[in-house]
Amino acid sequence: MSYKVTLGRSSYTFGDLKTLLAKATPLRSGDQLAGLAAENAEERAAAQMCLAEVPLQQFLEEPPIPYEEDEVTRLILDRHDKESFAPLRNLAVGDFRELLLSYDIDSAALSAFGPGFTPEMIAAVSKIMANQDLILVAKKAQVVTKFRNTLGLPGRLSVRLQPNHPTDDPKGIAASILDGLMNGCGDAVIGINPAADSTEAMGTLLRLINELIQKYEIPTQSCVLAHVTTALRCIERGDPVDLVFQSISGTESANKSFGIDLALLREAREAALALDRGTVGKNVMYFETGQGSCLSANSHHGVDQQTLEARAYAVAREFEPLLVNTVVGFIGPEYLYDGKQIIRAGLEDHFCGKLLGLPMGCDICYTNHAEADQNDMDNLLTLLGVAGCNYIMGVPGADDIMLNYQSTSFHDSHYLRQVLGLRPAPEFEEWLLQMGILDNKQRLKSTTARHPMIAPELALLENAGTAVDEF
Amino acid sequence: MNSEANLEKTPDSRVALVARWSDTGIRDDVWAPLRKFTSARIALGRAGGSMPTRHRLAFQLAHARARDAVWSHFDAEALAADIRKMGEEVITVESAATDRAEFLQRPDLGRRLATESRIRLLHVIGQSSGLDLAIIVTDGLSALAVTTQALPFLAELLDLLQGDSWSLAPLIVASNGRVALQDEIGEICRAKISLILIGERPGLGSADSMGAYFIYSPKTGKTDADRNCVSNIRQGGLPPIEAARKVRYLLHACRKMSISGVQLKDDSGSPISALGAV
Repeated sequence: MSYKVTLGRSSYTFGDLKTLLAKATPLRSGDQLAGLAAENAEERAAAQMCLAEVPLQQFLEEPPIPYEEDEVTRLILDRHDKESFAPLRNLAVGDFRELLLSYDIDSAALSAFGPGFTPEMIAAVSKIMANQDLILVAKKAQVVTKFRNTLGLPGRLSVRLQPNHPTDDPKGIAASILDGLMNGCGDAVIGINPAADSTEAMGTLLRLINELIQKYEIPTQSCVLAHVTTALRCIERGDPVDLVFQSISGTESANKSFGIDLALLREAREAALALDRGTVGKNVMYFETGQGSCLSANSHHGVDQQTLEARAYAVAREFEPLLVNTVVGFIGPEYLYDGKQIIRAGLEDHFCGKLLGLPMGCDICYTNHAEADQNDMDNLLTLLGVAGCNYIMGVPGADDIMLNYQSTSFHDSHYLRQVLGLRPAPEFEEWLLQMGILDNKQRLKSTTARHPMIAPELALLENAGTAVDEF
Repeated sequence: MNSEANLEKTPDSRVALVARWSDTGIRDDVWAPLRKFTSARIALGRAGGSMPTRHRLAFQLAHARARDAVWSHFDAEALAADIRKMGEEVITVESAATDRAEFLQRPDLGRRLATESRIRLLHVIGQSSGLDLAIIVTDGLSALAVTTQALPFLAELLDLLQGDSWSLAPLIVASNGRVALQDEIGEICRAKISLILIGERPGLGSADSMGAYFIYSPKTGKTDADRNCVSNIRQGGLPPIEAARKVRYLLHACRKMSISGVQLKDDSGSPISALGAV
């Protein structure tokens, strides 16, 4: 079906719904690279006007990738709940925006409608929303998840402690973990990107974190962000796997290029659930996404990168994750060129994920060949804090020495907690108080060398020689 | 009104506040000894909960260097002149990306030659055949990297290859190039192997890092799985002269076995090691 809009004497026609979605997308380099972006600013504005008139029902009738060709489309349509959707079926995208902004829509209303939303509907409405709309509506959507602590509660901001090291050296990683914990970070997860994707390496790192968590009774969870098949092998070997990680994408073919499909994710989730390692809840999956991943895998099917990103959230939603993280500026300037595009994409991703019921966090980040700097990250950090983002990354000094990009630091989380009055996850906050890391005004305390975690760990690391497996 | 607010209204209390702050001051964290285990920016201390001035400015400097490296002007003619002084024939070309901003947004354009460059290259060296190796030097994501590392690397490599009787195409210096530009250029040169020296994406502590990629039987449309790479070539990483020796060793293996890419590996038990000294 084609879509047409007339503006004075000129008129614009869009051949199908996916073309209309692409042309209506706020400017970004990835859609230009794919040849899908609007020709000029007027065509983009025209497409947004045209899109505002499309009934939500149309997104069920005209999936951007056919049902027969793609298991992600099948997942979206098979899981769509007609009853939740029924009150919305006659709304157009423009009406939908206004409904979402209305005073009556709150967290409970959004979760009640949630099973009736498809990623394409949510992506469509995001395209005609201002940044402030994306913040306001996302703020209404609270998503709470649990494993060894409770994440996503109102007034809380959690941090993934990301202690990466270029050679996975256990001492180097332990040093960064201690730095993060002493800075009050790590409640979302202690999550390592391994340099080598091997069962051995993953097992060593899992045991290292597990031992720390047990020794100091830290109410948090660990994750080594290796491929899902590596995690499955670790589970078989009896390694202490808390969360299973996987990068996911919005098309079957892009997921195939990651070496996964829905069946494999299902198998991994069941294996992790069977370990029953959570103490307060059973959310066992950790997913990462990012606009541009389908294009980068030559699997975009002529669909714009933001719509595809929202489809990845439909994949995530199926597996009730503890954490979902959009790694927004990592992919490079050919997908998101500058600070402006990265900030917009971060807000879109957080909004779309939250409306689809996901515990969204954001790796607020950039590479050195993007037109962005740490001030752009401060801006996005502040905006996402206001929008109620569940968690951010905590990288020592914001400088990831393994992945060679810049993210947010432990210090950044303290900035955000101070300006917005946010606190860590409740169980973790309690632990920080007990350990004398935080005081009851939410301030970091100054520490002496006799601190009950620092003193023994320093001694252990100093005396361990090269016998790294002790950790 | 609480007592703290009261205090700060008198000159004495302001003096006391600064004195108190100076006493506690900004220091490194007590776990600073952990720094010897990692180059990560740990134990930085805090100003309130925020980054101390010294560490904030050190980060700014590292980022400034990385940014300058990405945007630094690549003086292809000057580099070509320096290589000619080593006695080599050099041709300068441009990729299809017309400027730096386009280069960054359109990686596809950096992977092929501008039409004029292609025609000229075909004209100058299109008649050659039976050459072993085409060597390309391009700015990639850091002109600083190739202007710093390419000359010492080439001096060593060319010397070694001469002793091993390799036949070489004229050296090519390309502006705004990506790695896969080696496919088109190698194909035009009809060389068995195409080697490209390229500026890598600058990290915060490594703005001047060069990579060396080679491919056997170069042809437009080959994939990265067909390539081999020696990366992190810089003082403080793999120094250029050592890197040249490593590349020479790998090139020999590549020519002898007529393969490159994932089948040609540099670790123990792999085909390359089985060759012994080459």
